[in-house]
Parts: sequence; structure tokens; C-alpha cells
Amino acid sequence: MPPKTLKTKNKTFLFRMLAMSLVRRRSRMAVALVGIAIGATVLLGMVSISYDIPRQMSLEFRSYGANMVFVSAAGAQVALADAEQARKLLPAEQLVGMTPFRYLNIRHNRVPYTAVGTDFAAVQKTSPYWQVSGEWPKGPNEVLAGADAAEYARLKPGMELAIDGVNSKGSRFRGKIRVSGVVKTGGKEDGFFFMALPDMEKLTGESGVADVIELSLSAAEADLKQLAGAVHETVPSLEARLVRRVTQSEAAVLGKLKMLVTLVTGIVLVLTMICVATTMMTVVMERRYEIGLKKALGAGSRAIAREFLAEGLVLGLAGGLLGGVCGLLFAQLISVEVFARTVSLRLNFIPVTVLVSALVTMTACFWPVRRAMRVDPAVVLRGE
Amino acid sequence: MLDAQTDAATEKTLEIQGITKSFGAVHALSDISFTVNRGEWIAIMGPSGSGKTTMINIIGCMDRPTSGAVILDGEDVSSLSAEELTVIRRDKIGLVFQQFHLVPYLTAVENVMVAQYYHSLVDENEALQALDRVGLLERARHLPRQLSGGEQQRVCVARALINSPKLILADEPTGNLDESNGKIVMDLFRQLHAEGSTIVVVTHDPDVAACAEKTIVLEYGRLARITDNPPQTGKVEQAGETAQTTLDKQA
Ligand SMILES: Nc1ncnc2c1ncn2[C@@H]1O[C@H](COP(=O)(O)OP(=O)(O)O)[C@@H](O)[C@H]1O
Ligand SMILES: [Mg+2]
Repeated sequence: MPPKTLKTKNKTFLFRMLAMSLVRRRSRMAVALVGIAIGATVLLGMVSISYDIPRQMSLEFRSYGANMVFVSAAGAQVALADAEQARKLLPAEQLVGMTPFRYLNIRHNRVPYTAVGTDFAAVQKTSPYWQVSGEWPKGPNEVLAGADAAEYARLKPGMELAIDGVNSKGSRFRGKIRVSGVVKTGGKEDGFFFMALPDMEKLTGESGVADVIELSLSAAEADLKQLAGAVHETVPSLEARLVRRVTQSEAAVLGKLKMLVTLVTGIVLVLTMICVATTMMTVVMERRYEIGLKKALGAGSRAIAREFLAEGLVLGLAGGLLGGVCGLLFAQLISVEVFARTVSLRLNFIPVTVLVSALVTMTACFWPVRRAMRVDPAVVLRGE
Repeated sequence: MLDAQTDAATEKTLEIQGITKSFGAVHALSDISFTVNRGEWIAIMGPSGSGKTTMINIIGCMDRPTSGAVILDGEDVSSLSAEELTVIRRDKIGLVFQQFHLVPYLTAVENVMVAQYYHSLVDENEALQALDRVGLLERARHLPRQLSGGEQQRVCVARALINSPKLILADEPTGNLDESNGKIVMDLFRQLHAEGSTIVVVTHDPDVAACAEKTIVLEYGRLARITDNPPQTGKVEQAGETAQTTLDKQA
């Protein structure tokens, strides 16, 4: 058994060999390093964005969408006059928007649909995420068709359709509406027709009511609760409820965003792995004489594997570190360019990136290392 | 350096017993037998394609014969696994190649240390001494590409002798060298031989072969003849001068 100090000398030499291989072959190694670093950059960039943007978007969503509704305390319809009275109880500077919704069963070609009477100007303010193809309604009897309803009835912007129905007093009404645009929200709105509330009042001959009034308030939850209580106390016919509908649609959007990011992350991981694997395979092919020589000098396959894995590890760690730093900058750039906001720099992501990148690199080294272990010194050194 | 020079004349370092080697349909070697005693210097000659490299690869435990026995230092190595052969190679063989084969990113002394590293323990001073023996102490920190062909081959010789192998094998060691560099390398072999090393050299060059005590001639993979070479005392001294000056420096 050789003394410890001498064994340490051998370890030192292994590191020296490794260092020299990396330093004196730096142009070659740079290619592999850049590949790994790019992979790590994109990975960390995607993860940072998917981690931070949703957090910020939820803030934004909350300031837009409805977070309180007025409904009738008796389970009937809401008188608009009552709602107007209640509005005076709310701090004006916190009220982003107040939108009435009145639901009405209509038929077109004997197929029942739901029409919603509302205030388009208010909707545009409180629900900026509505995607309308075509135009928002401007003229009388112009409507937005929900995407699903439009598909079912084969409607396109500009088409007119005859509708009919029965009002609450049982008298029949008929009318013509014109589709100015098709709205898509990804939610239940896609099944409805939206018309201006005054148009609906004219159509049915009944006015001054809505089924629900949606309000968007930029206030904390505790304040909202208090306001809701105050509304019911002052206007007993109304019940004010806090809603989480916004957080639901938010969750839907963010869920999709996360899925996309996961997908892209997976693809980038695989691509990085392929890139590293091919680079390392080229490196092994280029160095087959060296491998053969080392084996001729008595290196076992495991010793060769150890050296290549050690090189892979160093490359993975260095690439991960480089990619970690670039990734945060990349995330910042994308975030500013695309989402017009900054992400918070999460430095604790860097060690994770370094680890993941080392792991990916080592995995990618599996096949090249196997090839290296199989190099036959008799064959490569024969070379005439 | 070699402690058992007393019974050198009788001890067999290598016995080749009726070996054949086929690569598919190509019969590279057929039924070859010969013996190399301790301290002996053998040359293997023959035209291109006659099986010289195949022979030295088998002796050097880089390849196995299709049939027959290879007894190296008393042990039959002809049927060992690749990993077992690696161990034998590491412990008993020193190799010199025609194409030098140095690790390109390591300096001369580091290249010598590689052999120490895989063999047992690195010792930089010992590696430097080995380089000094081949007259390259000043070039110890140079990379292979900064060295001439002759200098590179001398590094290979230093590397081959660093672990005091039982057997030094060289496949056309002067094949890629000009005459004067070839001479320097041959002088190193002479020096090693004088110190008791057992050497097998493959060569095309009759002058190189003449340095050995015996020449084994291969033709078409068969052993054509074994000749005893006349002693070359005069020639050794004459050609040895260049090397002697370098070799004696640190002696
Ligand atoms: N790995 C191999 N596969 C097939 N044929 C080989 C292989 N190695 C050597 N040979 C053949 O064996 C014969 C002897 O080759 P070699 O030992 O290299 O001869 P030399 O070194 O004397 O020139 C040649 O015909 C060569 O083509
Ligand atoms: Mg040959």
C-alpha cells in the first residue's frame, strides 16, 4: 500500500492532466462549453420567466377583472337603480369598472341560445383579455357572438340573424341582430351572444334590471369584505359577493403558459443533450489515438471513463455557471421586450442550473464514454 | 537498474509457441515460434504486410493470438481478457511506436508521467531524470508540437523505460526519423541494452536490425529464418558517440 501522500500525488496528476486537456485544447472545449451554456441559458430563461411572469400577471389580472358582484338578495333580478345607489357607497378612485349583465333566452332557427345584455364600454375596461375578431358593437342591434356559439350557428362578423323569444311576462318578441365580431375568452362567455343592454331592453320591452352586476375594485380582500357588508346594509335588496372568477381565468391562462414552458424546457433539454452527446462523440473520435495510447500504457477502460466523465463534469459545471448568468440576463431581456416588465433576479436559480447542466452533460457523455471505453489500442495505434 | 543480470543468459523473458493470427480470411501470422532470453536484443524484419506489427501487438499484450501460446515472464498471456492484458502491459511492457504517439496537450515530462500514473505513482523528479537520460532535460516543459520528430521519439523512449519494464517493444522506432535522429534513438536502445534491458525492435532498416543480437525474418506471416548477427563492437562505439555525449551528462 503506497503512502497517502504519494496517492495524493496521483490525484494531483489526474487534475493536472484534466486541466491541461481543457486549457490547452480550449478552442475545442469552447464549442462544447458554448453548447452547454446556450442550453442552460435558454432553460434558466424559460424557467425564470414562467416563474416570475405569472406572479406579476396575477397582480395585473386582479386589477382588471371583476372581484365583486351584486346579485338580488331575493334571488330575483337586480334593479339598476339599486345598483346605482350602491355604487355611491364605493370609493370612486378604487372602482375600476361596473358592468351589468342581463341574461336572456333567445332562439335562432329554433335553436336556443343565451343572450347577454351588457355595457360594452365597461366590459372593455374590466375584461381586457377578451379577444374580439371583427369589431366591437357600435350601432344598434349589433352583437358579439361567443366563439363557440358562432361556430355552432356558422356565424361570421357582418352576418345578420333573426331571433325570437319570450319575455318575463310571457309575451313573445322578435328581432334582428347583426354580428359585428366574435369574442373568445376561453371561458363560458364563448357560448353567449352579447348585446348592448339598451338594445335588449328595447327588444323585450322590459328595462331597468340586470341579473348580475360585476364590479372591479382595486382593493384588498379585507376592504372588499367590508364594502360588501356596507352595500347589503344600505341597500338590503342587493347582495354583494366577492368572486374568484378572475383567479380562475388567470389559472387557466397561467396553466397554459406553464405547459408551454414545460414543453419548450423539455425540448431544450433534449436538444442540449444531443448537442453535447455529438460534440463529445466527436471529441472521443478525435482523441482515439490518445485513448489508445493511454490504454497501451496500462489505462483500464474505467480509468478512461473516469477521465472523460471528469471532463464532462467540468464542462457541465462551467457551462451551467455561464448559462446561469446569461439565463438571468436573457430572462430579463425577454421579459422587458415581450412582457414590458422586469423579472426579479433569482440568484438561487444559478446553483440549480449548474447542477442540472452538470447532470445533463454527464448523461449526454454516456454514449461517447462507452465508445471511448471500447477503443482498441491495437487498432488505433497500428495506423500506417 | 535490472537486479537479476546474473542469470540473464538462461532466463526466458518471452516464449512464442506456435502462434497464428487470422483477421477473418487474412492469415497475418502462421505457426511462429521463438524465444527471447532476458537481456537479449531481437530485431524483427520483413517486407510490409508480413505481420511484424501484428507480432509485436501480440507480444505487447495489445492483441491475442488466434492459437498458440505467448509466455511472458513465465505467464501464459495468450488467453487473458482485455482488462487482464492491460494489467500485464502496464506492469511488464514498455512501448515505442513509429508515429511517436504522445498526448498532444501534455508537456514532455507530463507525457512521461502519464506512464507512471497508470503504472503506479507519479514522480516528477524521476520523470525528469528519464528525460535527462535521453538528453531532453531542457525540453521537459515543451509540448510535443514544439519538439522535432527525433525529440518526440526520445520522449517516447524515456516513457517506455520509466517503469523499468521486463520487455521494451519498438515498432519501427526510426521509421519516421531522418538518419541522424534515427541514430540517436538507436544509441539510446544500445545504452538500454548495455544496461540489461530486453528489447524487441521491428524494423525495415538492415542497419537498425544489425544492432540486435538476433534477427527474426518474417515473410507472408511465416517465420522465414532466424539469424545471429555478428557482434558490432566497433560500430557501437562509432555510432554511440553522439548519444554517449548526451547520455553521460547526468551519469
Ligand atoms: N485489424 C486487421 N484486420 C484485418 N487485417 C489486418 C488487421 N491488422 C492487420 N491486418 C493484415 O495482416 C497483415 C499483416 O499486417 P501487419 O502486421 O500490419 O504487417 P507489417 O507490420 O509487417 O507491415 C496484413 O495483410 C494486414 O492487412
Ligand atoms: Mg507495421
